[in-house]
Amino acid sequence: MFSFLHVAMPPLPLFLAQLLVGLINGGFYAILSLGLAIIFGLLNIINFAHGALYMLGAFCAWFLLSWLGISYWAALLIAPVAVGLVGMAIERLFLRRIARLDHLYGLLLTFGLALVIDGVFRQLYGSSGMPYSIPAELQGATDLGFMFLPNYRAWVIVASFAVCAVTWFVIERTRIGALLRAATENPELVRAFGINVPRLVTLTYGAGAALAAFAGVLAAPIYQVSPLMGVNIITVVFAVVVIGGMGSILGAVISGFALGVIEGMTKVFWPEASTTVIFVIMALVLLVKPAGLFGRAG
Amino acid sequence: MKRLTVLSAFAAALLLSAGAHAQIKGNTVKIGVLTDMSSLYADLGGPGSVAAAKMAVADFGGTVNGKKIEVVGADHQNKPDIGAAIARQWFDTQGVDMITDLTTSSVALAVQEVARQRNKVILITGAASSDLTGKNCAPTSVHWEYDTTALANGTGAAVVKAGGKTWFFITADYAFGHSLQNDTAAVVKASGGKVVGSVNVPLNTADFSSYLLQAQASKAQIVGLANAGGDTINSIKQAAEYGIVKGGQKLAGLLLFITDVHSLGLQTAQGLELTGSFYWNQTPETRAWSKKFYAVMHKEPTMVQAGVYSSVMHYLQAVKATNSVDGPTVMKYLKSRPINDFLIHHGHIEASGSLVHDMYLYEVKKPSESKGPWDLYKLIATIPSAVAYKLPHGNQCPLVKG
Repeated sequence: MFSFLHVAMPPLPLFLAQLLVGLINGGFYAILSLGLAIIFGLLNIINFAHGALYMLGAFCAWFLLSWLGISYWAALLIAPVAVGLVGMAIERLFLRRIARLDHLYGLLLTFGLALVIDGVFRQLYGSSGMPYSIPAELQGATDLGFMFLPNYRAWVIVASFAVCAVTWFVIERTRIGALLRAATENPELVRAFGINVPRLVTLTYGAGAALAAFAGVLAAPIYQVSPLMGVNIITVVFAVVVIGGMGSILGAVISGFALGVIEGMTKVFWPEASTTVIFVIMALVLLVKPAGLFGRAG
Repeated sequence: MKRLTVLSAFAAALLLSAGAHAQIKGNTVKIGVLTDMSSLYADLGGPGSVAAAKMAVADFGGTVNGKKIEVVGADHQNKPDIGAAIARQWFDTQGVDMITDLTTSSVALAVQEVARQRNKVILITGAASSDLTGKNCAPTSVHWEYDTTALANGTGAAVVKAGGKTWFFITADYAFGHSLQNDTAAVVKASGGKVVGSVNVPLNTADFSSYLLQAQASKAQIVGLANAGGDTINSIKQAAEYGIVKGGQKLAGLLLFITDVHSLGLQTAQGLELTGSFYWNQTPETRAWSKKFYAVMHKEPTMVQAGVYSSVMHYLQAVKATNSVDGPTVMKYLKSRPINDFLIHHGHIEASGSLVHDMYLYEVKKPSESKGPWDLYKLIATIPSAVAYKLPHGNQCPLVKG
């Protein structure tokens, strides 16, 4: 209540600062929903294990640092590769077997996998999480005039924009991307051209998992590396994907960043509602445009 | 004196109404540990609390007056409706005689209503809200371990005394956070300080940037964290990122558990002051007990978990002495004598259900002072029970007013 009065007319600096903070959180939403959108596009699977893969990425960075002394920067490359391999194994061992069944089976299977992975890590590492420091190069903050922006958060914005841009480029402007889009439209036809579609599917799921892991490493220094981090973020990310339109790459990225900003603004004007606002928007979007803002109807 | 008369009249009335149930029914005495097993408070209560209850039963000998003692545990998921449903089921169909732990104030408040309707004993070690023994007090509940009043009188008063006059609160948006903020604000104001702002944050939030920026903009000297567990960990960690302390503001963690400090690491947590009733490395008795706990759980106990052991022990002694599991009978016994053990010093249970006892002010060590992964606190001061549990505005509990 007090804060409500306090910021009823937020001074411009505070407003700009909140906008930036929203973009940072939006970066995480964007990378995660991007991975979900890619996986849904090709595999038609609603990947509930995405939060667990994100958590695995963060833990991978923590293992590398505390067991092997491998730095954050190396982890930023190694963890996505490692988790990507885990993803490919999941696709080969489990998802492939249910590929011909209804969407719901994929959802249930990945949901079960997420519960198992989360449960194992909670059993081993508890709920408080492990500390992971900000790399030395990015410690400290920069005075932007309207706020002190921690250098690490600035890096998060840059990195998430870059990853989204690269992924978009690969899918929309390269040959492999063209194959992927074609296989999404008509797998039988693409196979007839001599393309190994099952391998494409495995690689795609692996790439989605790698994106989640990248977000996990990015998040490790900000939050504790905790078994709960996946569970906490996954429902929000699903809402983002629904709002953007299932399977729409651009929609996932734009709605990820936009909803980060909207959530950030809610934290100023009505902090109590900040965890609810995204779901309210989701409900509205479903009512007005059920395919999502960027999705194709049908 | 008047209060005592009223109390005994009250107890007698309760005894009359419940006299028929005084004997232990069946062949077991059942103790329920209702806690957060899977979310942000699981490390401070959770499986460790179940283990502590089982330790108490084993140390008691496994039976009481020839009846077997059994411990059951359940996950309330920090949701009052789920907690109340489990409590109802436990009391009505599973033969549970007493519930302990009850981490999360909103759940404890809900379960307290279930217990009140059934005259069942609950011994709360996990929840903090002072409303449990204030306006919502119940005749068969004891708030065993610590409450928001004691935290405010500990950390709040110490911080104001050290010069922290203006406060901004970052508050967990549910019963606990509001109690902690209100109780601390009362102490701050009474000591000549001022509250310049506050923000209510939903439970289990990952990113505190926005709230920390609001705290920064408020220019308050002290940023009071009226939250717990994973929320406190994230807010302290991110406050370091945003340079809150470097910018001249100070953090006051109003409820910190040893698992939080252990998780944060001393580099981030050093210098924080905190109020608690227990630190494993405080006395020979706490060390001896914690060693046994460590052998089971492979980590040092929190005050909540130590409190579960203490509450179960005293409950079983009361059951033994009264040969009854009847709520009012057991409660009359517990309230009639001093409570002392490895954890509780100078303790007694007030009419409101508040177990008043000595509390301690600790400071988190610097990395250079620590000799091991759990060597985390140094004792700054003992807060005598009368000071720790002093209510600035008197008690709203109807049992006290008579």
